[in-house]
Amino acid sequence: MRRTTGTYRSRAVALAAIAALGAGLLSGCADDGDSDTNKSGGGGEGGSGKTKIIMGLFGTMGFKEAGLYDEYMKLHPDIKIEQTVIERNENYYPQLLNHLSTGSGLADVQGIEVANIAEVVQTQADKFVDLSKTAGVKKENWLDWKWQQSITKDGKAVGLATDIGPMAICYRKDLFQKAGLPTDREKVAALWAGDWNKYLDAGKEYMKKAPKGTAFVDSAGGVFNAVVAGNAERYYNKSGKIIYKDSPAVKDAWKIATEAATGKVTAKLQQFQKTWDQGYANGQFATVSCPPWMLGYIQEKAGAKAKDQWDVAAAPKPGNWGGTFLGVPQAGKNKEEAAKLVAWLTAPEQQAKLFKERGSWPSSQASYSLPDVKDAKHPYFANAPIGSIFTKAAQGIPVQTLGAKDQIINQNLVDIGILQVDQQGKSPEAGWKAATKTIDNALDQ
Amino acid sequence: MSTTSGTAAPPAGQGGAAPRRAASAAPLDPREQRRRTWRSRRHHWDVKWSPYAFVAPFFLFFAAFGLFPLLYTGWSALHRVELTDPTHMEWVGMRNFSRLWEDEFFWNALQNTFTIGLISTVPQLLMALGLAHLLNYRLRGSMFFRVAILTPYATSVAAATLVFVLLFGRDYGMINWALGSIGIDKIDWQNGTWTSQFAVSTIVIWRWTGYNALIYLAAMQAVPHDLYESASLDGASRWQQFIHVTIPSLRPTILFTVVVSTIGATQLFGEPLLFNGSAGATGGGDHQFQTLGLYLYEQGWVNLHLGRASAIAWTMFLILLLIAAANWLFQRRLRKSQ
Repeated sequence: MRRTTGTYRSRAVALAAIAALGAGLLSGCADDGDSDTNKSGGGGEGGSGKTKIIMGLFGTMGFKEAGLYDEYMKLHPDIKIEQTVIERNENYYPQLLNHLSTGSGLADVQGIEVANIAEVVQTQADKFVDLSKTAGVKKENWLDWKWQQSITKDGKAVGLATDIGPMAICYRKDLFQKAGLPTDREKVAALWAGDWNKYLDAGKEYMKKAPKGTAFVDSAGGVFNAVVAGNAERYYNKSGKIIYKDSPAVKDAWKIATEAATGKVTAKLQQFQKTWDQGYANGQFATVSCPPWMLGYIQEKAGAKAKDQWDVAAAPKPGNWGGTFLGVPQAGKNKEEAAKLVAWLTAPEQQAKLFKERGSWPSSQASYSLPDVKDAKHPYFANAPIGSIFTKAAQGIPVQTLGAKDQIINQNLVDIGILQVDQQGKSPEAGWKAATKTIDNALDQ
Repeated sequence: MSTTSGTAAPPAGQGGAAPRRAASAAPLDPREQRRRTWRSRRHHWDVKWSPYAFVAPFFLFFAAFGLFPLLYTGWSALHRVELTDPTHMEWVGMRNFSRLWEDEFFWNALQNTFTIGLISTVPQLLMALGLAHLLNYRLRGSMFFRVAILTPYATSVAAATLVFVLLFGRDYGMINWALGSIGIDKIDWQNGTWTSQFAVSTIVIWRWTGYNALIYLAAMQAVPHDLYESASLDGASRWQQFIHVTIPSLRPTILFTVVVSTIGATQLFGEPLLFNGSAGATGGGDHQFQTLGLYLYEQGWVNLHLGRASAIAWTMFLILLLIAAANWLFQRRLRKSQ
C-alpha cells in the first residue's frame, strides 16, 4: 500500500475509531461478566483472626440484599461472610457435582435447588454434613413435606430449606375488564376455583373479547408447570420408579396445557426468555401462574406503567414451584460455623425477614403467624393481601414425591413437547412423542 | 551454490595480513583453560538445549490442558460415567460409540452442524473476499474501515448473540418489523428449521467475515503489482483481473481460511446455545438448531452422562481429522496440477 499525504489524518481517525469501539466493547464485556458470576463481599482480606464463611449460591436468593449477612456478622463479630453467585442453576449444579466428587473448590455453604434435591439426597448424601443435629434446628418449624425432601433414608438432613414457591395467579385487571371478566380478586378466584378446566374456560371467554394483540396466558409451558405442581405423584411413584408416561398428573397437565395451546389462549411465549420479558413490558398476556418469588420479577419487567394493573388471585389448585436448600459440604473448612449459619438463616425469623425484603416465601410454617408474613400486602399488585393468599396456598400443597431426574423430565416435557405444540403448531400427539423420545434418550446412561 | 570455503588462500606463514589462530598465542594457565572449556561447554549446552526450554512451556501446557484431557476423554468414552459419581467408571467397551449409529439426536445434530456450517461459511468467505477486494482499492479512511470490520470479531459471542436474539424476535424483533413494513408476514425465526439455522448462521457470518476479509486483504497486498499492470496492458477488465490474477494468487490463503472456518463450524457452540436463551442446550423445541457441540454439552452437563458425552467429543475429533485428511489430499492434487 502506498502512503499518501492523508496518512496522519487517517491514523487519527483510526485511533479515534478504535477508542470509540473499544470503549463500547469493554462496557459490553463488563456487563457480561457481571451477570454471569458476581463475587461480592468486602475484598479479599478475611484475615485478622476472623473465620471466613463462603456461601456458594445460584440465582437471586437475596440473603445479602436482605441484610442477613450483616446482621449475623454483627451478632458474631468473629465471623466474616462472603458469597459467590452463579446466575443459573443449570450452570451451577453440574459444577457443584464436580466439586463434590473432587472434594475441592467447594464453598462452606452450598445452595441446592429443589429440582435437584432428590438426586443430591440419593447420590451425594455422604458428602454433606447432617444438619438435623445442629443446635437450634427444630423439625416442627418447617412444613412437614418440605422437611422430608432433604432427609435421607437413614434420617440425615442433607440441607435445610429456605423458601418454597406456593403458586397463585397474577392477572391484569385492565385487560380482564376490557374482555368483560370480573376484576375483583375474590370473584376472579371464584371463576376457576378448584378446577384447571375452569381456568381454561375463562381463557376461552377472555379470547372472545380479547383486547387486540393480547392473550389470556403467557405460555402453555407455564400452564403445564402450574397444573402438574399441584399433584403428589408426578414423574416418580413412591417406590422411586419413573412413571411419568402413565402418571395421571402428567396426563392431566398435558391435556390442559395442550388445550390451551391448540385453543389459542396462549401468547406462545417461552418463560424466562427475553421475549417473555418483552411480553410483560407490552402487556401481551393477562394471566401468569406466579409463586411469590416471581412477583418481583413481574414488577421489574412490567415496569411502573403497569402499577396497580396487576393483581393476585388464588390459583385453581395450590401447587409448588421452586425453592432452595442450604447444605454444608463435608470438605468445607469451617463446617461447624457454617452449619450454625445455615441454622440461623433458615430459622423462622430470618425467613420472615427474607420474605419481607425479597419476597421469598418461607418454608417455615412457624413464620406464617409472624406479622411480617401474615399481614403482608404487595403495593405493586394493588395492595393484594399476598400474606393470606400464599399462606393458604402453602398449606394446601400436597406432599410431593420427588425423583432424581425430575428436572430433566420436566424440562423436556415443557421445552420440547409443550413448546412444539404451542409454538410450532404440532399436534399434542406429535409433541408427546418428541418429548418422550428425548427423555428416554436423556435418562439412558 | 557450491561450497566455496577452502578456496581462499590462507595467510602465508608469519606476517600475513589475516589474524592467526588463537592456538599459537601464549599458553594459558590451567585455571583459565578450565574456565574456557567450561564456558564453551555451557555455550554449547545453551545453543543445544535452550530452544527446548523456550518451547517447553507450550508443550507442558499442551500436555496438561490438551493431550491429557484428550486421552482421558477417550478413556471415559469407553465407560459408563455419570457426573453424580465421576470416579466410578464401568467398562462398556465401544458401546458409547456404537450407539451413536442409531442415535437420531446425534445424526440430527451432525446434519444441523453441517448445514449451519455450509450456510455460514460459504457466504462468509465470499463476502470476505469481496470486502477485501474493496478495501484493497485506495479509498478515504481505509484504516477506519479496516478497524471497523474487525470489531465484530472482538465482540463477545454472548453480547452479540443476545442482540441478535432481539433482532430476530418474533413479536417485537426489528427484522420482522422491517419485513412487516414491506408487507411480509411475521416470521417465527426461532421455530422454523431453516429460519433458525439461517439466524444462527447470520451471527457467525457477522462475527467472522471481517476477520477473514483482513486475512484476504493481507494476502492481496502481497500480490506483485506488475501482474496487474501486465494484465491491464493486455486489456483485462477489473473483474477479469480479480478472477485471473487475484483469486489464483490467493489460493493458499483461501484454503487456509476454509480449513479454519470448517474447524470453527464443526465446533459451533456459543451462538446456538445462547440463541436458545434460557432454554439451554436443546437447540429449540424440535432440536432444529442443536449442533454437535450442543448435543455433547447436553449429554455431559444436563443429562450428566460423561461417558456418552466423551464419545461424542471423540467422534467430533475424528470428523475433524477426516476433514483435515481430505483437505491435505485436495491440497496435494492442487499443487500437482499447478
